[in-house]
Amino acid sequence: MAELNILEAIRLAMDEEMERDDRVMILGEDVGRKGGVFGATDGLWAKYGDKRVLDTPLTEGMIAGAAMGAAVYGLRPIAEMQFADFVYPGFNQIVSEISRIHYRSNGTFSAPMVIRMPYGGGVHGALYHSQSNETYFTSTVGLKIVAPGTPADAKALLKASIRDPDPVMFFEHKKTYRLFKAEVPDGDTVLPIGKADVARAGKDLSIFCYGYMRTVALEAAETLAREDGVEAEVVDLRTLRPLDLETILGSVAKTGKALVVHEANRFGGFGAEVAAEISEKGFEHLDGPVTRLAGPEVPGVPYHHNLEDWFMIGPARVVDAARKLAAY
Amino acid sequence: MATTEIRPGHAELGLSADDLLGMYRAMLLARAVDERMWLMQRAGKIAFIISGQGHEGAQVGMTWPMRRGVDWMAPYYRSIASAMTFGMSAEDIITAHLAKGDDVSSGGRQMPGHYGGAPYNIVSLSSPVGTQVLHAVGIAMGAWVRGDDVVAMTSFGEGTANQGEIHEAMNFASVHKLPVIFVCENNGYAISVPLDRQVGGGSVAARAAGYGMPGVNVDGNDPIACYATAREAHERATRGEGPTLIEAHVVRLTSHSSDDDQRRYRDPAEVEALKERDPIPVFAGVLRSAGVLDDAAEERLRAEVKTEVNEASARAEARPEPTAADAHERVYADPIPGGGTPEPLEPLEGSGH
Repeated sequence: MAELNILEAIRLAMDEEMERDDRVMILGEDVGRKGGVFGATDGLWAKYGDKRVLDTPLTEGMIAGAAMGAAVYGLRPIAEMQFADFVYPGFNQIVSEISRIHYRSNGTFSAPMVIRMPYGGGVHGALYHSQSNETYFTSTVGLKIVAPGTPADAKALLKASIRDPDPVMFFEHKKTYRLFKAEVPDGDTVLPIGKADVARAGKDLSIFCYGYMRTVALEAAETLAREDGVEAEVVDLRTLRPLDLETILGSVAKTGKALVVHEANRFGGFGAEVAAEISEKGFEHLDGPVTRLAGPEVPGVPYHHNLEDWFMIGPARVVDAARKLAAY
Repeated sequence: MATTEIRPGHAELGLSADDLLGMYRAMLLARAVDERMWLMQRAGKIAFIISGQGHEGAQVGMTWPMRRGVDWMAPYYRSIASAMTFGMSAEDIITAHLAKGDDVSSGGRQMPGHYGGAPYNIVSLSSPVGTQVLHAVGIAMGAWVRGDDVVAMTSFGEGTANQGEIHEAMNFASVHKLPVIFVCENNGYAISVPLDRQVGGGSVAARAAGYGMPGVNVDGNDPIACYATAREAHERATRGEGPTLIEAHVVRLTSHSSDDDQRRYRDPAEVEALKERDPIPVFAGVLRSAGVLDDAAEERLRAEVKTEVNEASARAEARPEPTAADAHERVYADPIPGGGTPEPLEPLEGSGH
């Protein structure tokens, strides 16, 4: 066991996968000599050379499209979007091409590739370095969407994503990169995509979350236990598509109450999908309204700390929402 | 780098009489398939046709140097002759347009004009224009990373040449001297909008200078010139000298598609004059002058092509239709739990769907 932060875990996952499979390559902006603007690929350029760790021009469309071409050809590319906010020039490639090539070719072509998406606010990045834009992609059939919240999950799920035969978008919350260290199993540990994790067991209500919100929800759950005697079950979804309905509905069957928390804005957000599934398939278990706690309806995370603090969901707001639901 | 004109003769290129007749036959076959599918469209068997008529000389010439089973192509929706020269059969193309269940291109999932196939190294087409150019660059990048001797050719129209992805693709290919051949088939119209409203400066090939790669103008009605140009580009690519941009000047003999009527935006005299620039009679004239083609050979080739298209059509029409039960398969490589593959819709009573 090694104590790693999420950034180190991501780097180690890529390093191990490049070591074991020479079809794996990395492409993106500043991923080479610099090692990425966050340092995720630090050291890999020196180890694997400038073809397998390839600095690209500032062209997100090309990063996505050329990665697909390479994947169709037989490689296992990892494309890094420098910030999730900058993915949009590549949106056409992701939605029109990468997600559809397998289906439209009747399964004869596929695009086994990973797009790494550093996302999320709370890092003083303002409107264009803070976005949680996962919902544009979770609604796209043909993609798999992964969003881990711990170093061990980040490593094991990134390894699974690199090996997966389908295109995977891998959302890494930037605030979690160096937020904490935790034990990461040594060796070749791979977790299945599509399995949620019950991060904390509880009987009174279920909190569904992913990414950085796992940390926030766990802290809130401790407060609820200490101050209210409410035992919240925290379910880290880890994969948004395919969604682990079995774990979600199992938790709701136990607690009867569901709170869905995410940083992206509420309207049409991922929480709406989780809430709808619970309402349709777990209705008989419910003992209160399925509740969403989500980012505010503004176009992006505003910069000044007064404004950013207002935007971000912290433990206090989760506690507040959970108290109301628990009391229902 | 200056743009150049190439007009070589066939002898110094090492093309034999059989090669030339083979190229001519390929053009005839692509045209015959294209024309047959228009008939099928008129007969209500195919919903929509987007035609390559007028592009055959350029496509056959450009594709002729490409190595089947080794190289890759990312073509576009007018590339019937390219796809057939690179390995797809008349039956494959007609089957794709009939959207049959065992169609190699998409199993009936894609609309007409969206052929391709893994067995042929031809990337499955989509409809947003220009996306395929980045796939060719990615394939070339993959080959370059792996050290494989592979060339990727991609084709697109002059209208598509204005998409941002084309710039991204050419710039990146040039930076790393990737083995790509960019073929712009300039037929003068992006649906209804003429070249002078589409291409600033009037030349796509001239843009190559900015990317530091050769930009070559070639007469798309001259398959020998197209062959020579593409062969040189292929040799450059395999020598590690990087990409080439070829602008082939072609004619669009038909409307943009079966849903379009070019008489609404082209002068009748202009449309009439196009027939004189049809690459098939033009090339036939060249072959006759060179003593390669005579009446007997012409008759024999046309009879062969007619038989081939008749047989291909009959076989294609006899293939099974896709079934709704298959429509939710192969969404992902593996069936996955809990999502991705939607639940099959129950048929509505009496709706026939």
